[in-house]
Amino acid sequence: MTETLIVSILAASITAGTPILFAALGELITERSGIMNLGVDGMMLVGAVTGFMVAVNSGNPWLGVAGALVAGGLLALLHAYLTITLRANQVVSGLALTLFGTGLSDYLGKAYVGMRADHTFGKLAVPFLSEIPIIGPVVFKQDALVYLSYLLVILTALYLYKTRAGLFLRALGENPAAVDSVGVNVFRLRYVYVVVGGALAGLGGAYLSLAYAPCWLENMTAGRGWIAVALVIFAIWDPWRALAGSYLFGGVDALGFHLQVIGLPVSIFLLNMLPYIFTILVLIIVLIRKGGRLASPQALSVPYDREER
Amino acid sequence: MKIRLEKSLAPNRTSQTAVPVIAVLLALVFCGLFLAATGRNPFEVYGAMFSGALGSEYGISETIVKTIPLALCGLGVAVAFRMQIWNIGAEGQFYMGACFATWLPLSFPELPFSAMIPLMMLLAAVGGGFWGLVAGWFKTKWQVSETITTLMMNYIAILWVNYLVYGAWRDPQGLNFPLTAPFPEAAMLPAFGTLRVHYGIFAVLLLAGVLWLMFKSSKWGYETLVIGSNPSAARYAGIDIRKNVLMVMFISGAISGLAGMVEVSGIVGRLQPGISPGYGYTAISVAWLARLHPLAIVMVAFLFAIIHVGGFMIQTMGIPSAAATMLQGAILFFVVGSEILTRYEIKLKAKEEVQND
Repeated sequence: MTETLIVSILAASITAGTPILFAALGELITERSGIMNLGVDGMMLVGAVTGFMVAVNSGNPWLGVAGALVAGGLLALLHAYLTITLRANQVVSGLALTLFGTGLSDYLGKAYVGMRADHTFGKLAVPFLSEIPIIGPVVFKQDALVYLSYLLVILTALYLYKTRAGLFLRALGENPAAVDSVGVNVFRLRYVYVVVGGALAGLGGAYLSLAYAPCWLENMTAGRGWIAVALVIFAIWDPWRALAGSYLFGGVDALGFHLQVIGLPVSIFLLNMLPYIFTILVLIIVLIRKGGRLASPQALSVPYDREER
Repeated sequence: MKIRLEKSLAPNRTSQTAVPVIAVLLALVFCGLFLAATGRNPFEVYGAMFSGALGSEYGISETIVKTIPLALCGLGVAVAFRMQIWNIGAEGQFYMGACFATWLPLSFPELPFSAMIPLMMLLAAVGGGFWGLVAGWFKTKWQVSETITTLMMNYIAILWVNYLVYGAWRDPQGLNFPLTAPFPEAAMLPAFGTLRVHYGIFAVLLLAGVLWLMFKSSKWGYETLVIGSNPSAARYAGIDIRKNVLMVMFISGAISGLAGMVEVSGIVGRLQPGISPGYGYTAISVAWLARLHPLAIVMVAFLFAIIHVGGFMIQTMGIPSAAATMLQGAILFFVVGSEILTRYEIKLKAKEEVQND
């Protein structure tokens, strides 16, 4: 393989991994707070369609991003209300969110299928840094949202491991009663993190419709939200590992595409299976290495009830 | 006055039936507000859905036709969900069942009806069951979350069917369309008169009855329920959890696989892409709304089929059929949210009483 081909595959891995990265960071934050939200795919879809609609009508992709954040956050708020206040089953509530989000995005986006947005996110080379051989064109010739995702990983890691608020976030998922006992409102904090997680899922969706595709198609996530959920487990709830994992998945995605372009005589349908097969394999490998015991947050998906402390 | 929730000691029977009904009504109101906000008259839309699905012989026939796969997949989902095994792979198991069943008429088109149909059913159950079993095996062997595996396997199954019908199984006489050759007469489930309603309905009724009895009064039904509600008690009682997970995933997948066979053999008459418009996903709502009760699943499947067919009919009014999917999702939402009302009682208390607590 030539150097240009390698560079283009690596750069494509980052682009393809970014929507998953946003969603995975969101789910990571949500799960760290002790709530499991399986509605990621639904929130991504609604984020994608809202982002696209707002960007088309306003002519400003950043307003689209804002719309996607709000839409994802609002859907997550529903999940938060059901699981935190009403203590509903988190698995089923998340599934409901995905079903509802899929229908809602399809309903909202019917008129926008096949439309082109005039203003989307294009590639912006970072001065000087993009001149570095190989790393430059791979890492620093991306669009603005990719740079935002780099920043977000750093901020999430710092927040989680280096701040007092991050300590509380980790404790929320491990031992909410302890957090409660120092006078912090467990319910309110969980609401905040579930909504933030949903907003990030919405952003992941907007990346698909405003930078990756860029267009709106019904069900355009093709299960990426679920890959993000799997990725959080693979990442053992760590932002840096989530970053690495996202690009690995992006790489599998990009590789399939490039193999097709080269003209490998393998059916496109088999190549398209790769990310899904890869997801399952990666989970198995992680679990074998950890002996089936993952350091998942102890209180994950256990509803908090003050009276049952 | 202050509102409080108190855990009820025994789940209350009236609230168990009343709550889902109220949840459906609330979902209708919620989506109605949404329709109104996007400039539609909700009464008109719901009216058109209802009369489209039940207002004519054709509509009723179509509604029953959609009830069949929804009910079968719903029963499949319920078998797993009862044990808190979150098999959301009914969609993929449906495709695998259809795929395995299709192999027979394509390879042995000369078989008589009496051999063809039972063998196709068997193959479908094996295909769907195998697809479920793989996820179950990963779960028991390495604790891989079945939610994620079954979902990933949905995509793999759909791509696999596409691979076959675009490739090796494509009908040479099919003008290059991605379709297999049409099934011979012997591979088609009979229909009632001139309607599209076919004998798959018997599979629904029979399975619902059998599962109802099994859930209620068999050792297996009891064991799976215990594993679901209290795994440590189950382990203590010497119930083999591993064996049950594998068995439940196989049976659950087999039933959804059968749904796939019934659909290709009763309606489509060949294998082609898009044989399911998401039955496997809708079945999750169906099963949960029915509280995993087999007989209730058949009824709820009929209700969801009304919404589905109604959603198809309102397209003539220029309303996307996705409104129906949205409504189904909202119903599940409200059902999940209102469950607390069956586990807890709402107590209205005067202020002084609260202080005396």
